[in-house]
Amino acid sequence: MTTTAAVGAAQTTATPTAVRLSGVTKTFGKDGVPVLDGIDLAVAPGEFLCLLGASGCGKSTLLNLIAGLDPVTSGSIEVEGGHAALMFQESALFPWLTAGRNVELALKLRGVRDRAERRAEAQRLLGLVRLGGAYDKRVHELSGGMRQRVALARALAQDSQVLLMDEPFAALDAITRDVLHEELVKLWQETNLTVVFVTHNVREAARLGQRVILLSSRPGRIAREWRVEIPQPRRIEDAAVTELTREITAELHKEISRHGN
Amino acid sequence: MATETASAAAPGAPSEDFVSLEAGLDALESAAPARSPWWRRVLLAKIVPPVVAVVALLLIWDLLVFAKVKPAWVLPGPADVWDELTSQWSSYQVGQAVWDSVSRGIIGFAISVVVGTVLGLTIARIPVLRAAIQPILSGLQSLPSVAWVPIGIMWFGIDDATVYTVVLLGAIPSVAIGLIDGVDQIPTIYTRVGRNLGARGISSARYVLFPAVLPGYVSGLKQGWAFSWRSLMAAELIAVSPKLGPGVGQVMAEASDNNDMAMAFGALIVILIIGIGINAVFFAPIERRLLRSRGLAKS
Ligand SMILES: Nc1ncnc2c1ncn2[C@@H]1O[C@H](COP(=O)(O)OP(=O)(O)OP(=O)(O)O)[C@@H](O)[C@H]1O
Ligand SMILES: [Mg+2]
Repeated sequence: MTTTAAVGAAQTTATPTAVRLSGVTKTFGKDGVPVLDGIDLAVAPGEFLCLLGASGCGKSTLLNLIAGLDPVTSGSIEVEGGHAALMFQESALFPWLTAGRNVELALKLRGVRDRAERRAEAQRLLGLVRLGGAYDKRVHELSGGMRQRVALARALAQDSQVLLMDEPFAALDAITRDVLHEELVKLWQETNLTVVFVTHNVREAARLGQRVILLSSRPGRIAREWRVEIPQPRRIEDAAVTELTREITAELHKEISRHGN
Repeated sequence: MATETASAAAPGAPSEDFVSLEAGLDALESAAPARSPWWRRVLLAKIVPPVVAVVALLLIWDLLVFAKVKPAWVLPGPADVWDELTSQWSSYQVGQAVWDSVSRGIIGFAISVVVGTVLGLTIARIPVLRAAIQPILSGLQSLPSVAWVPIGIMWFGIDDATVYTVVLLGAIPSVAIGLIDGVDQIPTIYTRVGRNLGARGISSARYVLFPAVLPGYVSGLKQGWAFSWRSLMAAELIAVSPKLGPGVGQVMAEASDNNDMAMAFGALIVILIIGIGINAVFFAPIERRLLRSRGLAKS
């Protein structure tokens, strides 16, 4: 697998980690400025981590590196099980397949041979996101929120320990997003997945994360980190969530203003 | 590292009302309007308008003839053309001609599809080859393929080889270019999703690239057929010889030799009907189905 690069592939560490990044640097092109610079990060198994940062700071780049879609320039990445499922901002479902078939394809490519088994499993996964009745629906017949739920079911079908989410709810309206937050947290609690959730919405990060990491821009480095001990289920309008949102926002604004002078 | 510790009292478990909220959202967002039966929609949307247009055209034609804008032997009316076509059907061997032309067209098209597909795939994948060949293909596509007829005749004489040369040179570029465009237009996100799902090599080609390319490919095929048929008619019209046997183009050439204006119109209409017919029964439904299933066309 390409998720582990160059340096020290097989370090055994005392504390178990689901994702470990050591000194990860990413530069596009031969001699550009690094987009990401010396990122060290360990995500514990079962943790819900939110990555927060201004637009263009390298959040998507970081997820793509973890998913193994792009090579690191230097440093190394280790992922539990060698593979992480990635969910994109746009649902990126295949429009030539039905909702159910999209999920089935993930199962097929994962190596589930038996058709009946695939079908049953796809049906079960759609049921998990409460779309049991949408198996034969075409992608364009689904609303934005339903598409993202199918995309979530497809990501679950990959059977990875680690789920990477790149602003999956950014394009949705507030009510739908609220419902999907609830849905996601519930699924996370039931499945023991490790989630790395990228967003530029501070409130969303405070609503979801057990830990929130703020990335700086140009180059992308870890600027600050908050451990959030507000128990789930939280609500987006909770006072504690609001308080944390205010604090992180202040820090984010400071971070962004640095670039203006 | 700052650590925020905030622990509010957990609000009462809200999970049940969110389920019904979600169900409500889903229902609101995917309410489908009741539909009339499919045959009725097809009839109203796809069949009635062109039929009306054709009838209108025939009426205008008939009016022009009735007004005697041109003498009858220069502009025969629809009825004259129909009479000529039916009464002279066998003396012009129209039935045989249609059969021969259509089979030539289909064979030529089939060869073009195979060659054009292989060519298009190769070019799309090898940048150097692409830089070299794509301009030539575009040039060939805009070159009227009739231009090859005299050259073909000088090379092969009036022979099937001439006809096929002209057809292939007309159709292959369309098929290849349709495929290359289709490959270019695959959104990169699909290939990235495919890779994340574990599609590599053959499985990526089969489950991601092929379906993604299909609409562009089919429209290239459709255009390829139009070029095949057009080139074939041009070739048949110019390269007339007993050696080649009958063909719709020859029928028209013969009508012209006999100064038989009604038959010339008749042949023109036959050519038109075959071109439209093959498109309507073959390409149009495939294309419509493809686009509709992807939500790219109104049903
Ligand atoms: N393939 C690429 N080639 C060159 N530069 C790139 C490439 N991908 C991203 N970049 C650059 O890297 C930087 C970070 O991009 P990235 O998409 O990771 O940002 P982001 O934090 O996800 O932003 P957003 O919130 O807008 O999604 C940007 O300045 C972008 O221009
Ligand atoms: Mg991004």
